[in-house]
Formats: sequence, C-alpha cells, structure tokens
Amino acid sequence: MDFNFTEEQTMIRDSLARLIREQYDFDTRMGVVKSESGWRPEMWAQFAELGLLMAPFSEEDGGLGGDPIDSMVVMEEFGKGLVVEPFVPSVVCAGGFLKHAGTAAQKEEHLQAIMGGASTFAFAYAEPRGRYNLADLETTAKKDGSGYVLNGHKSVVIGAPWADKLVVTARTGGDRRDAGGISVFIVDKGADGVTTRDYPTVDGRRASEVYLENVSVGAGALIGAEGEGLPLIEQVVDEATAATCAEAVGAMGVAHQMTVEYSRQRKQFGTPIGKFQVLQHRMVDMFMEHEQSISMTYMATLKLGEDAVERKKAASAAKVRIGQSGRFVGQESIQIHGGMGMTEELAVGHYFKRLTMIDSEFGNVDHHMRRYTELSATDLKAAAE
Amino acid sequence: MNLEFSPEEVAFRAEVRAFIEENYPEELKDMGSREDLTRDQFLAWHKVLGKKGWAAPAWPEKYGGTGWTSTQRYIWSEENARVDAMMPLPFGVSMVAPVIYTFGNEEQKARYLPKILSGEEWWCQGYSEPGAGSDLASLKTTAVRDGDHYVINGQKTWTTLAQHADWGFFLCRTDPNAAKPQEGISFILVDMNTPGIEVRPIITIDGGHEVNEVWLTDVRVPVENRVGEENQGWTYAKFLLAHERSGIAGVARSKRGIERLRDIASTELLEGEPLIKDDSFARKISQLEIDLTALEFTELRTLARESEGKGPGPESSILKVKGTEIQQRLTELTLEAVGSYGAPYFRGFPEDGSNEFPIGPDYAHHAGPNYFNFRKTSIYGGSNEIQRNIITKMILGL
Ligand SMILES: Cc1cc2nc3c(=O)[nH]c(=O)nc-3n(C[C@H](O)[C@H](O)[C@H](O)COP(=O)(O)OP(=O)(O)OC[C@H]3O[C@@H](n4cnc5c(N)ncnc54)[C@H](O)[C@@H]3O)c2cc1C
Ligand SMILES: Cc1cc2nc3c(=O)[nH]c(=O)nc-3n(C[C@H](O)[C@H](O)[C@H](O)COP(=O)(O)OP(=O)(O)OC[C@H]3O[C@@H](n4cnc5c(N)ncnc54)[C@H](O)[C@@H]3O)c2cc1C
Repeated sequence: MDFNFTEEQTMIRDSLARLIREQYDFDTRMGVVKSESGWRPEMWAQFAELGLLMAPFSEEDGGLGGDPIDSMVVMEEFGKGLVVEPFVPSVVCAGGFLKHAGTAAQKEEHLQAIMGGASTFAFAYAEPRGRYNLADLETTAKKDGSGYVLNGHKSVVIGAPWADKLVVTARTGGDRRDAGGISVFIVDKGADGVTTRDYPTVDGRRASEVYLENVSVGAGALIGAEGEGLPLIEQVVDEATAATCAEAVGAMGVAHQMTVEYSRQRKQFGTPIGKFQVLQHRMVDMFMEHEQSISMTYMATLKLGEDAVERKKAASAAKVRIGQSGRFVGQESIQIHGGMGMTEELAVGHYFKRLTMIDSEFGNVDHHMRRYTELSATDLKAAAE
Repeated sequence: MNLEFSPEEVAFRAEVRAFIEENYPEELKDMGSREDLTRDQFLAWHKVLGKKGWAAPAWPEKYGGTGWTSTQRYIWSEENARVDAMMPLPFGVSMVAPVIYTFGNEEQKARYLPKILSGEEWWCQGYSEPGAGSDLASLKTTAVRDGDHYVINGQKTWTTLAQHADWGFFLCRTDPNAAKPQEGISFILVDMNTPGIEVRPIITIDGGHEVNEVWLTDVRVPVENRVGEENQGWTYAKFLLAHERSGIAGVARSKRGIERLRDIASTELLEGEPLIKDDSFARKISQLEIDLTALEFTELRTLARESEGKGPGPESSILKVKGTEIQQRLTELTLEAVGSYGAPYFRGFPEDGSNEFPIGPDYAHHAGPNYFNFRKTSIYGGSNEIQRNIITKMILGL
C-alpha cells in the first residue's frame, strides 16, 4: 500500500498551485467569470505548457505516461482555485473516450489537439428528460451511407461555449432506456445543423443547450463500436466523477480553512467567534467531512482500473460522500461567516456555490445511492449463485 | 381543545379568498423571485390592502388593525400564501409600527402609522453594523445632541431594501458612558433623504441587490424623531425582535412551497416516471411536510397563548429556528428536483427575444439562486445559534 504521490505528480501539483496563486487569484477569477467569454484561452495554453493536458495519457499516445491520479491532482488544485477552464470535459471526458476506444487516426487527429490545447471539447451526454441516466437518450444517430445523421437536444453541456468539438452520445438502436444501441460520436460544433444557446451557470462557468438537426458525420466520427457505447460511457463518466470529487475536495478544504480563519478574526461579544464551542464542533465536523471526502476520492480514483462492478461502486460511493459532505461544508461555511458569507464579494460564497453544483454533475447523491444499492444487490446475487 | 373552524371562520375564509381572487394584482402572479421587484411591485398588494383596511391585521383596531382573532389571521395568511401573495414588507407594518404605537407619542402615531398602513412610506431597519451583528448591543453609531437635533455618525449594514426606503428606524448610541452597552442606546426615526446618508448596494451570492450599507455622516435629525425615552432604545429593540421572530416561521408560505415542489416532482422524470413516484424523493417531501406540521401546531399553540394575553416569549425562538430550517430544506429539495437545469443562471440568458429554444423549464430558473439566497434565513433576525442560546438561557436556565 502506498498513498504517496510520484515525483512527477508532486511537480505538477506545485507548479499548478504556483500558477493559480500568481494568475488565478479570486479577483482575477471574478473578472474572467464576468467577462464576455467567461474563460481565458491563454490560461488554457499555460496549462498545456505545464503538461497538465497530456499528463494522464500514455507515452505511446503522446502523453506523459500518467494515470487518473494525475487528473486527481490537477482537479484538486482546480477546486482550490475555483478554476473554470474545462479540464474535465476536454481532457478527462473527451480524452478518456479517445484513450480507451479511439482509433489511431482519431487519436492522431483529436487527442494530439486536446493534449496540446489546440482544441477543446465538451461532453454532450445529458438530455432534458433523462435525469442522470446515461442510457436515457432521445438523441438519435441514423446510419446514412457510411456515416450517420444526428438529431436531438443535449442539455446543460458544460464548457460547450468554449469548445470547438463535442462528444455526443446518441441512440443508433434500441429503445429509450435500453443499455444496448448507444453510440458515441465526435461532432464539430461548427457543423451544419448544430445550434447552441450559451449561458453562464450559477457557479460561474459557461454551458450550452445543444440542438442537433440532421447533423451529418462521417464513419470516422464514431468512437468505439456502434451500439455498444454504454460500457465505455460508464467508464469515462466514472473517471469524470472521480476527477470531480477531487475538485470538490479542493474546494471543501479551502472553504473549511477560510471559515476557521474567519472565526479567528471575527469578534462578537468581545471574543473571537471561534471560541464558541458550538462553532468549534461544527468546524471539527467540517474537517472530518473533508478528510472522509479525501479518502473516498483516493479510493474511487485507485479503483478506476478494476472490474466494472468494483469501479462503479467505488465511484458511486465517493460521489455520495462528496455530495453530502460538500453540502454540509458549504452550508456551514456560509453560516459561520454570518452576513459576510452571503456576499458576492467574499470568495467563500463562491466555494459554496461550486460545491452545491458539483452534486448535480454526473449524478447526484440519490442517483449514486440507487446505483450503489443496485450494484450491491447484483454482488449479493452473484455470491449466492 | 378542538381543530374545527367555526361556521363564522369558514365564512371568513370564503370572504377573504374571494377578495384575494378579485383584487390580487395580475402582474404579481407567479413571480419566480422577489428580490428583483420594483418598488411599485413590492407595494402593489400593500396598497390594495391599505385601501381595504387589511394591511395590518395584527395592529390594535384604533390604529387601523382589523380586530381579527388569531384564527382569522391564520386563515388570512393561508389564503394569501395560496396565491403566493407579495405581502406588505415587515419593516414598517410588523416592526417599527408596533414600537411606535406601544412606545411612541401621539404626534408620532399620527404622523407615521397612517402612511405605513397605506404603503405610502417605505421603512428599513438600521440595526446591524459591521462590528455589531449577533452582538447588537456593541453598536457604535452615535447620535449626539445638538440643540433640538441629534447628529448621527456611523455605519449600518445589511440594511434590507434600503435603496427603496423613505424612512429608517435606527439604533444609535446616545450615552457612550453608560455602565452596560445595552444602556445608552436610543431608537431614532430617520428620513432617508436627509443629507449625509449614503446607501451603497451589497450584492448577495444569488446575484440580487437586497441589502445595503448605510453610511451616516453628520446626519441631523430632529429630537422629536426619537421614540420613547432617551437611552432606553434597547428595550424597544428587544420588543421588536420578538415581533420579528414570530412572523418568521412562514408556515403558510412553506405549505405552498411544498405544493409547488410536488408539482415540480410530478413533472420531472426519473427513468421515464414522475420523480414523485421515486420512494426516496417522495419520502423527503413527506419528511418536510411532517416537520412543517409540527411547526404549524407549535405556532398555533403559541398564537393561542398570545390571544390569552401571554405575549411571544422565548418560545418564538423555536418558530425562528424550525421555520427557517424548513424554508431552507424546501429550497434545497427544489434545487434537487430540477436536476441539471438548476445550473443555468437566468440573469445571463441570451436576450435575443427568441423562445424557440427555451433554457430549461421556468420553474428551474430560480431554484439555484433561491437556495443560495435562503441561507440568509438562519443568519438574520438573530442567527439560529443565537436563538438556541436564548432557549438555553431563558428556558433551560443554563
Ligand atoms: C462503557 C465505558 C467504559 C469506560 N472505560 C474506561 C476505562 O477503561 N478507563 C477509564 O479511565 N475510564 C473509562 N470510562 C470512563 C470514561 O472515560 C468517562 O465516562 C468519560 O471520560 C466521561 O466522563 P464522565 O462519565 O464523568 O462524564 P462527564 O465528564 O461528566 O461528561 C458528561 C457529559 O458532558 C460532556 N462534557 C464534559 N466536558 C465537556 C466539555 N469541556 N465540553 C463539552 N462537553 C463536555 C461529555 O461529553 C458528556 O456528554 C468508561 C466509560 C464507559 C461508559
Ligand atoms: C440577507 C440579510 C438581510 C438582513 N437584513 C437586515 C436589516 O434589514 N437590518 C439589520 O439591522 N440587519 C439585517 N441583517 C443583519 C443580520 O441581523 C446579521 O447578519 C445577524 O445578526 C448576524 O450578524 P453577523 O452577520 O455580523 O454575524 P456574526 O454575528 O459575526 O456571526 C457569525 C457566526 O457566529 C455565530 N455566533 C455569533 N455569536 C455567537 C454565540 N454567542 N454563540 C454561538 N455562535 C455565535 C453566528 O451565529 C454566526 O454563525 C441582515 C442579514 C442578512 C444576511
């Protein structure tokens, strides 16, 4: 057993932390969030320069030979700095699909661009009526000659306004919630028939509604085997879930720290409010929630390579813990800050908002609780047989 | 003990329901969020009620109250919550007015009460300061006597909707040498248009402009604007805080909120079925409703005591704590129910006038901001920690 980080991972963490400290302070971030575009492509270029975008890919694919732990390291720092740039959609999701199932040609065309930062992707999987079920798809892809024609509506596609390409999940067969018949495509955002409505999100990022109307793609747009996309999607979403948990861990840690610090400074009744035991214990609980979340994030990340049932249970367990802890830590951070916590001006409220929204990304507590319970039941049945 | 409404009460319900249906302003129906209302919108229903004589049911009749029983008032608030009515803001009607008619002189009653009732004058509450939140008695804003004026200097903060206010009631220190911080404070009514007052917006985490800083520099206020005795302001302030707390339970509104949550959960889908059919979500709503029922009956018991002349005591802290916990839980479950569409931030939606591609269902647009905004409820009006301290001291005797 070894919970230490490699030298490379430590280096990534340190240089990223320095970059964020120097160029991603809270005021700068707020300026960017409120700007026209909502992100900084030049920041993305710097992330690429640091090697972050190629860290989790094998040397064979042109990466640095890292693994999901590298993504965990990156996302924890992103969480600490409330970084809005699309590491999860572009690197973890799109990069993940290509890494696991891309052809040599697809990797050559797209993975190189992702790792170099020349191209950013968004992952268009959710639909208005699908709630967190990855298989609940109304978007269709019909075979048309050697290629496909896509139709459908993808909702709240995070990072889509900044992306030039989309990974789209669609039905090539089967009924609405069937496990079979799902395929994964790369779609140019500028392709004919793609319409987007862009908007900011409540936690300071950008997203789009993506409408596909008779969008034609070639055979080379299909990632993996036609109709057999769901296991691949689940794998990638579990990886994205683990990375998002790491982001939450980073955000929770800072929110907790800020709160402890504030309780030391803020005086009422002639004493720092941190001297009130009721607040002390609340902050101890926040600390414990944060520690438990770190543990679960390590656990889920380390199990991403295990068999599907183990992996899924681990990801769901972590996401349940993170959803619950994130809510507690976020809410208490505000409460202990009193009125100050309610202000747009203070950073703590923005950590709270991000922690809130992380719960609904890649499935909320209830979704993962249900998934975990179902997987446990499958386990039990298998053991009985 | 019984739970039946009398025939008169049933008739009363029918009467107020009909009145609300006929008179509630069309433009205020189905508002997603309240904080973005204009001054006129905030006051629209208040003004209708002012004309009808129903703006302040709790006031003594001689000042313009309705003389309703506590049961009638309960029915009144239920009927208003049915349509999500924008009720008269508390600062005038439920906060400063009881202080004025209890402790003020005849000129003050005649000058202020009618315009509070009619909605003509808007009030704000100038209590909190940057250094005096939970520890309100440590406030530093001073009012120094200069002939027949007070000269006020200092800074108030978190002043709700002061941007619309005509008047404010301020706690100011009039005797800096008093033995205890609670002594030496006076309760002063200030015309918000007086030179030397500057109102600066504070934007909250939901993006709204609801609170303000109020800076006071050499603000001259006639001595006759002081309510009650000089240096006795703390007594009036505490009296007022108890009033503030009893209204804060918000039972009727939370009931309506649960109905709305049920509607949303019946529309949202999970595995192709209405979300409300999901056991774990349905149980969360049930739990909330059970908690609300407990609160409702606790409030009814308090009201019954009050109508026997036993004023709101430290029990009102229960209403504050439980009421706000329920309101917060409601916003939390609503955000959960709307799923991914809780993320889009409505203030940044494209303004191209096209409804061809709507961004999520309407009921989702405010779910996130409302949840964020409602964190305030366990902070203001005496934080929930302070309420628990009050119960500790006043009821448990520790
Ligand atoms: C099953 C059992 C086995 C035990 N085994 C051992 C043993 O092997 N060896 C041994 O030495 N002792 C043992 N103990 C004793 C145990 O350590 C004491 O019970 C414990 O320290 C609490 O002391 P107390 O019972 O006097 O409760 P008190 O100290 O009187 O505490 C009463 C309550 O007040 C709370 N409280 C006390 N101080 C504070 C504070 N500063 N802030 C907030 N809350 C506070 C406590 O948490 C508790 O809820 C055992 C006790 C039990 C119940
Ligand atoms: C949206 C909003 C609207 C408001 N509107 C008004 C208004 O119109 N007029 C007005 O005058 N004020 C208003 N307030 C101010 C409100 O009353 C104060 O925010 C409140 O009293 C808390 O004070 P504070 O913010 O300074 O927090 P602090 O007093 O600094 O408290 C910080 C934290 O410490 C805790 N704490 C403090 N003392 C203790 C203790 N002894 N034991 C345990 N815990 C403690 C608190 O509970 C809180 O969690 C408003 C506030 C908000 C957020």
